[in-house]
Amino acid sequence: MASIARKTAVLLPIFVFLAALPLLAAYLDNPYLLSLFSRILIFAIAAVSLDLLLGYGGLVSLGHAAFVGVGAYTVGILFHHTTIGEPLLGIFAGSENALITLPLAVLAAAGFALVIGAMCLRTSGMHFIMITLAFAQMLYYTAIGLEQYGGDDGLPLYARNTFPGLDTNNDLSFYYLCLVSLLLILFLAHRMVHSRFGLIIRGASHNPDRIQTLGVNPYTHRLVCFVIAGAGAGLAGALLANQSTYISPGLFHWTLSGELMVMVLLGGLGTLFGPVLGAAAFLLLEEVLAMYTEHWMFYLGPVLVVVVIFARKGLYGLLIGSGKNHD
Amino acid sequence: MTDHILEVRNLRKSFGALLASNNLSFSVRRGDVHALIGPNGAGKTTLVNQISGFIRPDSGSILFEKTDIVAMPAHRRAAMGLGRSFQITSIFDHLTVAENLTLAILAHSGHTFRFWRHCLRIPLVQQTLPSTLERVDLDHRANLPARHLSHGEKKQLEVGMALAGNPKLLILDEPMAGMGPGGTVEMSKLIRKLKTTMTILLVEHDMAAVFALADRITVLVYGTAIANGTPDEIRTDPEVRSAYLGEEG
Ligand SMILES: Nc1ncnc2c1ncn2[C@@H]1O[C@H](COP(=O)(O)OP(=O)(O)O)[C@@H](O)[C@H]1O
Ligand SMILES: [Mg+2]
Repeated sequence: MASIARKTAVLLPIFVFLAALPLLAAYLDNPYLLSLFSRILIFAIAAVSLDLLLGYGGLVSLGHAAFVGVGAYTVGILFHHTTIGEPLLGIFAGSENALITLPLAVLAAAGFALVIGAMCLRTSGMHFIMITLAFAQMLYYTAIGLEQYGGDDGLPLYARNTFPGLDTNNDLSFYYLCLVSLLLILFLAHRMVHSRFGLIIRGASHNPDRIQTLGVNPYTHRLVCFVIAGAGAGLAGALLANQSTYISPGLFHWTLSGELMVMVLLGGLGTLFGPVLGAAAFLLLEEVLAMYTEHWMFYLGPVLVVVVIFARKGLYGLLIGSGKNHD
Repeated sequence: MTDHILEVRNLRKSFGALLASNNLSFSVRRGDVHALIGPNGAGKTTLVNQISGFIRPDSGSILFEKTDIVAMPAHRRAAMGLGRSFQITSIFDHLTVAENLTLAILAHSGHTFRFWRHCLRIPLVQQTLPSTLERVDLDHRANLPARHLSHGEKKQLEVGMALAGNPKLLILDEPMAGMGPGGTVEMSKLIRKLKTTMTILLVEHDMAAVFALADRITVLVYGTAIANGTPDEIRTDPEVRSAYLGEEG
């Protein structure tokens, strides 16, 4: 079993590194590092939320980008209405305050997840994969159709959302906002996975019939889990829109869903910190390989195959030792 | 008037041309260990699946505590006090023994939407888990993932999980299958212990164990109950002897 000591020995330095990264960026005089790692933290949030479905719930969703997109578009649309001075739906002036836009983005993503999940979870297996994909693609084409918000081209935002007491347009402050968000999500997910609710979700993942003989209907639990995961992805989307000050239909696209899935598998399915490692490995590899070739995906493929075949719990399993624990 | 906890009436279920339950009727008295025996393929598991709600009969009725449960989903039946174990063990392999039992304890207590407290630190679990572990002799295995248990231990865990809900009727589908003689003795002891607090419907192949444990026996052949009675009546029933016991030697 992976001991607490082993976990601390591996995870503590990583957290210290993340906390101290701005120092490194300043020392190397490389501000790009900050924006790269902000993206890593944001994708980590999305990947952790996806792993709640994939790894803990046994629900293979290929449409997780849908909720990233909804979160990002919520931020983008609210921002757009403040700049053009024309209220949303004629009533809501929009907002550029992160304390309003982030919760709204999370709520919007949760709402979409509730409706989409309610339908998808009536199916299972291959059907579930296909129908989650179909819903995400529907939203993708809907976003393309939103001419007033840039349609196909997407929509640039002129600034990041404001946050009281924080200069979010400063990459350093924004980086820490992302880091704190990720830590918060990890903490919440940790509590959830080990709670009574989480136990049922984990149980139902391998054995939904058996859960029923225990007097529990797994559908409702899975739906709540789907909504929670969607909300997490919504937060990631909202942060991503702010980080890049840009929204586009690509945020809904199945390729993003696929990339998130790769991050989870690479980092360690059914582990909480694995997806963080997966997101970091994926984006760093992309960064490095893209310097040499535009077909970087072609080289990532074999890496993924090797990791998935030889390390059951991905990079996390390699670092911690593939323990009999599952967190 | 006998108090029947379970009454199965005129049950029919076909798989294509095969009649797995053929106008099947029998009743289980409260407090009994009621054994269900019959050759392989007689339709015992199919019957258990219909009682617990995994297979819908084509026709007929199943009364549990005088309520017709035929149209009820499995989880509602379980909540009413119908517990079962499976012939093919279906514990949660990737969870630890303690987590398996905790899941069963919590599932039966309602309020499953709790997101915050660690499941093993919930008061109900701390009260119930140690005694449940001990009842099925798995206290020394609590933190082992269930996939690492021996076959007999998996069966014990399976029974422990069915017990966690304090069922009124416990259905055990071949709990001794694949066990050595030691395991069979252990399981018989466990069933005797449980008998004091609940009714048990025991599907079992091991004849010695059945005749030693059961208060009443129903014999199933080709989906029909051909005999019903005490172990002595069954032992001497000529139809049973020719249809079933004879071929067992
Ligand atoms: N899902 C199914 N589809 C088709 N035939 C089945 C199915 N389940 C069971 N059967 C058949 O029904 C008969 C009774 O099976 P079963 O109830 O498992 O018997 P037992 O438990 O007494 O050995 C067998 O002939 C079996 O092959
Ligand atoms: Mg059987």
